[in-house]
Amino acid sequence: MITFERVTKRFEPWTAVDGVSLTVEAGEFCVLIGPSGSGKSTLMKMVNRLIVPDEGTIRVGGEDIAMLRPEDLRRRMGYVIQNVGLFPHWTVERNIATVPTLLGWPKARVRDRVSDLLDLLKLDARRFRDAYPHQLSGGQQQRVGVARALAAEPAILLMDEPFSALDPITRGALQAEMTAIHKATGTTIVFVTHDMDEALKLANRIAVLDHGRLIQFGPPLEILHRPANDTVRDLIGREDWGLKLLAVETVGQRVRPDVEKVPGAPLPIDAPLRQAIAEMVARGTDRLPVVDARGRPAGVLHLSDVVRS
Amino acid sequence: MPHRTILHNRVALLLAAAIAAAALTLPFLGFAPNRLLSGRPVALWAALEGAALEGAADWLVLLPGAVVLAVPFLRPGRLVSVAYVAAGVLFAVGLVWLAGEQAARLAANAAPAARTSFGAGFWVMEAAALLAAMDGVRRLGLASAWRIAVGAVAAGLIGVMLASGRLDQLSILKEYANQRDVFAAAVVRHAVLVAAALVPTLLVGVPLGVLAQRVPRVRRAVFPVLNVVQTVPSIALFGLLLAPLSVLANALPGLGIAGVGPVPAVIALTFYSLLPIVRNTVEGLDGVPSAVREAARGMGMTKRQIFLKVEVPLALPVFLSGLRITLVQAVGLAAVAALIGAGGLGAIMFQGLFANALDLVLLGAVPVIVLAVAVDAALKLAVSIIGRRAA
Ligand SMILES: Nc1ncnc2c1ncn2[C@@H]1O[C@H](COP(=O)(O)OP(=O)(O)OP(=O)(O)O)[C@@H](O)[C@H]1O
Ligand SMILES: [Mg+2]
Repeated sequence: MITFERVTKRFEPWTAVDGVSLTVEAGEFCVLIGPSGSGKSTLMKMVNRLIVPDEGTIRVGGEDIAMLRPEDLRRRMGYVIQNVGLFPHWTVERNIATVPTLLGWPKARVRDRVSDLLDLLKLDARRFRDAYPHQLSGGQQQRVGVARALAAEPAILLMDEPFSALDPITRGALQAEMTAIHKATGTTIVFVTHDMDEALKLANRIAVLDHGRLIQFGPPLEILHRPANDTVRDLIGREDWGLKLLAVETVGQRVRPDVEKVPGAPLPIDAPLRQAIAEMVARGTDRLPVVDARGRPAGVLHLSDVVRS
Repeated sequence: MPHRTILHNRVALLLAAAIAAAALTLPFLGFAPNRLLSGRPVALWAALEGAALEGAADWLVLLPGAVVLAVPFLRPGRLVSVAYVAAGVLFAVGLVWLAGEQAARLAANAAPAARTSFGAGFWVMEAAALLAAMDGVRRLGLASAWRIAVGAVAAGLIGVMLASGRLDQLSILKEYANQRDVFAAAVVRHAVLVAAALVPTLLVGVPLGVLAQRVPRVRRAVFPVLNVVQTVPSIALFGLLLAPLSVLANALPGLGIAGVGPVPAVIALTFYSLLPIVRNTVEGLDGVPSAVREAARGMGMTKRQIFLKVEVPLALPVFLSGLRITLVQAVGLAAVAALIGAGGLGAIMFQGLFANALDLVLLGAVPVIVLAVAVDAALKLAVSIIGRRAA
């Protein structure tokens, strides 16, 4: 879907992005992570040509984006930034309708789309449709920001640290929303963060950048199990590596297909192991029943299986 | 609080004290046998006595006056503030009414050349009454539209009295009667001078502001120049323009330019008006948050769309307050332009000054003040209407 071919961007004398080659597959949730100044934002802004690379080619759906009119390219992609940037003089409805209006959608279609998006982002339409941005909390503003980015049903969504200014609870809720939206729409998402927990929670694949270079690109488990170098280890955090792993691995990866009957409320098979451990501690037990997506018994999770590597 | 004070409103107390002192010690009106002689003072109580003796109603002005005097000693509250505003407005209007009626009573037994002018006591009490009304409005925490409405009511009541002819025996209106045609022409000329300066100011100032906001080099060059222009005294600027424009007039007689008259006045007014317009255009555009600009660009708006749909509406309130400053300043400066033969209300003021006729000066000055206040109010209203959405 998005291909970077040996892409370089310099801000003389600094090289912000240094010969990065990388392919984000269609429908993938790709998270860019790295220390501050590592070139994450620069790399992402080159996708919608807010920044133009000095060297290399970027293709979107096979097309070299240097050949496209920047405005047309941008209208095909959603863009969400940390400071939200809602238009303060427009209502929530008009903010969300920005790109559909630019694309000349008929009024009725825009209105329906706004209603759907308010639902999708769990914003009460009666309360918020005609509100102005200053009447919204930070979390609500960023929900509108995400809705606005999704408005014209873009195939690609670019998000630059969209939740880092929010409190942990609001951030958690919006992360869950993003996972659900990604599942429901199949949009290709490129998401910048410097928070490894967020990356592990959201990503199909994580790209680690340092000093403008791509150091590692792989699924969360691979990043955790085989960090490419010390920078990646630092990003994971050496002390709570185990906890991060528990957050990524699911019950299904450790469940015993036993028929043994275990009492208590069962766990879903796709729950993270972290949740399983928390349940074991809370219930004072070392084994829990597990059910599959349709609620049928799928076996038993033993503490000893969680602890073994 | 350890002890209760009976004083609840210090501003009101100060105003009440000013009113009481002015009522007791300063002449309310001055009565002179003709316009050139200085008059004998007429105290407030004498005017009230005159009304009472004739069974006229204008002594009723005492009622709102008493309320204004009582307010500092009342426990503050919404009702008191409403009464305060109403009393301030009615007292201000009532003083004018009383002055007009008393002038008529004095004129009844005097020669036609006799003059009744406002005295120091009138001015102090009038100012205090208007300040009291504003203080009350502020205490009520009303939106600026309401503040303007209160001002409009006061202006409207005085306007009705003017139209009814009840004030005709006041000296300032006698001056008006002598100058009726000149006066109307002067008001129009004054407004035309201001409007004529506004056109080039906007045509040059707005693009210059937009450019200065985008190009740091332009910004660094423009502001020192405009700041220096602002510090040149207006008479000096008019004088400075005299020479080059006279040369130009001699070289190109067909253009209708002259070293004196309205053209140099408009040019000078334009120079003064540029600074607030350029400055506020830049400030307004600077105030657009960078995140909003980035989002607009990232959504795929063109440069033109970003400017027209995002930057202009967001910069508008700040720009309009620049326009307000420009216009109020130009209304005042246009009075000085009379010195180089540009006409306008300034011409009446200077004529009065040279003839030592204070009421003629007032006839020129009062409309200048009214015009400035009206422009100020209208643009404040516009800013508050536009700013409310984008707050
Ligand atoms: N417009 C610019 N002019 C000059 N240097 C720039 C510009 N934009 C970015 N840089 C530099 O390029 C480098 C990479 O910047 P970038 O914004 O991509 O980092 P980042 O990984 O997003 O960092 P952060 O996590 O702090 O947002 C930084 O050193 C930055 O100073
Ligand atoms: Mg960044």
